[in-house]
Amino acid sequence: MTLIEMREVGKTYGPIRALGGISLSVRAGEVTCVLGDNGAGKSTLIKIMSGLLEHTEGQLMVDGEELVFSSPRQALSRGIATVYQDLAVVPLMEVWRNFFLGAELRSGRFPLAGLRIREMRRIADEELRKMGITVKDINQPIGTLSGGQRQCVAIARAVYFGARVLILDEPTAALGVKQSGVVLKYTAAARDAGLGVVFITHNPHHAYLVGDRFLVLKRGRVELDSRRDEISLNDLTQEMAGGDELDALAHELRRTTK
Amino acid sequence: MTESLVAGSPNPLSHRLFARPEIGATAAAGVILVFFLAAAPAFRSGGSFFTVLYQSSTIGIVAIGVGLLMIGGEFDLSAGVIVTTAGLANSMFCWWFGIDLWVGALLSLAFCLFIGFVNGYLVMRTGIPSFLITLGTFFVLQGANLGLTKVVTGSVTSPDISRMDGYPLLEGVFASNFDAGGVTVWGTVLWWLGFTALAAWVLQRTRTGNWVFAIGGSADSARAVGVPVVRTKIGLFMTVSFLGWFVGMHTLYRFNTLQAGNGVGNEFLYIIAAVVGGTLLTGGYGNAIGVGIGAFIFGTTSLGIVYAGWDPNWFKAFLGVMLLLAVLVNLYVKSLATSTRLLRDSPGKADDA
Repeated sequence: MTLIEMREVGKTYGPIRALGGISLSVRAGEVTCVLGDNGAGKSTLIKIMSGLLEHTEGQLMVDGEELVFSSPRQALSRGIATVYQDLAVVPLMEVWRNFFLGAELRSGRFPLAGLRIREMRRIADEELRKMGITVKDINQPIGTLSGGQRQCVAIARAVYFGARVLILDEPTAALGVKQSGVVLKYTAAARDAGLGVVFITHNPHHAYLVGDRFLVLKRGRVELDSRRDEISLNDLTQEMAGGDELDALAHELRRTTK
Repeated sequence: MTESLVAGSPNPLSHRLFARPEIGATAAAGVILVFFLAAAPAFRSGGSFFTVLYQSSTIGIVAIGVGLLMIGGEFDLSAGVIVTTAGLANSMFCWWFGIDLWVGALLSLAFCLFIGFVNGYLVMRTGIPSFLITLGTFFVLQGANLGLTKVVTGSVTSPDISRMDGYPLLEGVFASNFDAGGVTVWGTVLWWLGFTALAAWVLQRTRTGNWVFAIGGSADSARAVGVPVVRTKIGLFMTVSFLGWFVGMHTLYRFNTLQAGNGVGNEFLYIIAAVVGGTLLTGGYGNAIGVGIGAFIFGTTSLGIVYAGWDPNWFKAFLGVMLLLAVLVNLYVKSLATSTRLLRDSPGKADDA
């Protein structure tokens, strides 16, 4: 089932084109990997999907309906949740407050209505356990968790609030090998739960572990669009590392070092 | 998914208590109170205690708003002069047009809320730090207070309003006091406690409070999960100007006439009360009760020095020292709250590096 479909989507800032001619589809139960070097347009692409930026060209279709998101709230209400690498959580707030931030349970609809704190603590704890994350104290500031754990809490939160599309922005970029493994596991778990996952990374090895489809961006354009069975890890790495440019560079370096 | 993540250690009570924003301020308030009780015999009476509370309330009411705004990650330097602006707007408007003071009070409220809105809107719209935007508003208001008062009355004092329509009722609301067992209790003390309780409830127990902490702690993260950052921040600026209006009304109806140059410098007292009360200067941390205790420390010291018969000029030096100490304590508390805690009880799970 196709959840998001992009047709020739682009974004220009005045005369500068950050992104152009992007076509991709996000399907339920699949991981779509978007790879690219710094400045390739990955962030612009996910910001369009998550509602932080409006696209200026092409069509963005969610469940077959053409839309332009003007705020993250709109994207969220369509079931599109984004977990950002560096801004997934508010460090000084408790784990449970972070879990429910933006979707708090209240005891009424009037302005001063109290939060249902006990219930939120219980649900946050249960949901994290379900994902296999055990937090000793749900009341501790989330800043006391490690980077990988914070990412996992953010993913668990998105899954709990009924996200159908999960956009992960470089979730493993700042993590060590072991923590990256944990995050990749939750990514796979989200896929198995039937979510459409968009996985942004510049690490082809991580992408190849979980991806069903690979999109390599370069200077705001699609360089490669391939299904998993059509491409090997070596080819993907080659493509990501600069492809022919790398060959030329290798050749050059060989000659000078000899 | 067999491997699980285990994080943190169960907080011992002492640890958790120490990590509360107001704990440093409470200890300091206790020490200062005992010190002045010992040093100043005139301080040891119910009457002077309630005078201290009154003094605290005049700073404390606006400090609540400033504290909330700082938790939300912004400053308001115009909070001191807006108090005077509110009073002047009320009295001169009514005096010039000869209308009921009630109408003037409401117009003054609308005007103050508008200033708060403009502060917030400019900060959010331009992305310029609130320190600069409100420094601008501060000077505009300070100049306009004096300039307009001179145009209207020919001097820097606002006209006496005590014989105008609506005065007795408004005085009852904003500037009344009553006798309780031989001591004078000012109504503002009750308002102060009420506003503090309301702010504490909002911050800790409502969705709005959750949003305030979130936008101060990390506005981008908050926005990404759907928190209306712009609306919440503008609301906080308007809360400050509302409370400034309230104290402005109190000052006007207590003294009947205002000096147009008043209020300058008070913005720093509000910020000091908030920071001494455990509010983090960079936002995202603090609470309303702490701000109340910060204001109480201000009241105790400013009057304690007088009761002890010392030169009141030392008061500001003391406030400065308190502020520096408080900032150090806050920094330490923040580092406690954000450092990754290492596992001690389950060494097998090394995810938590």
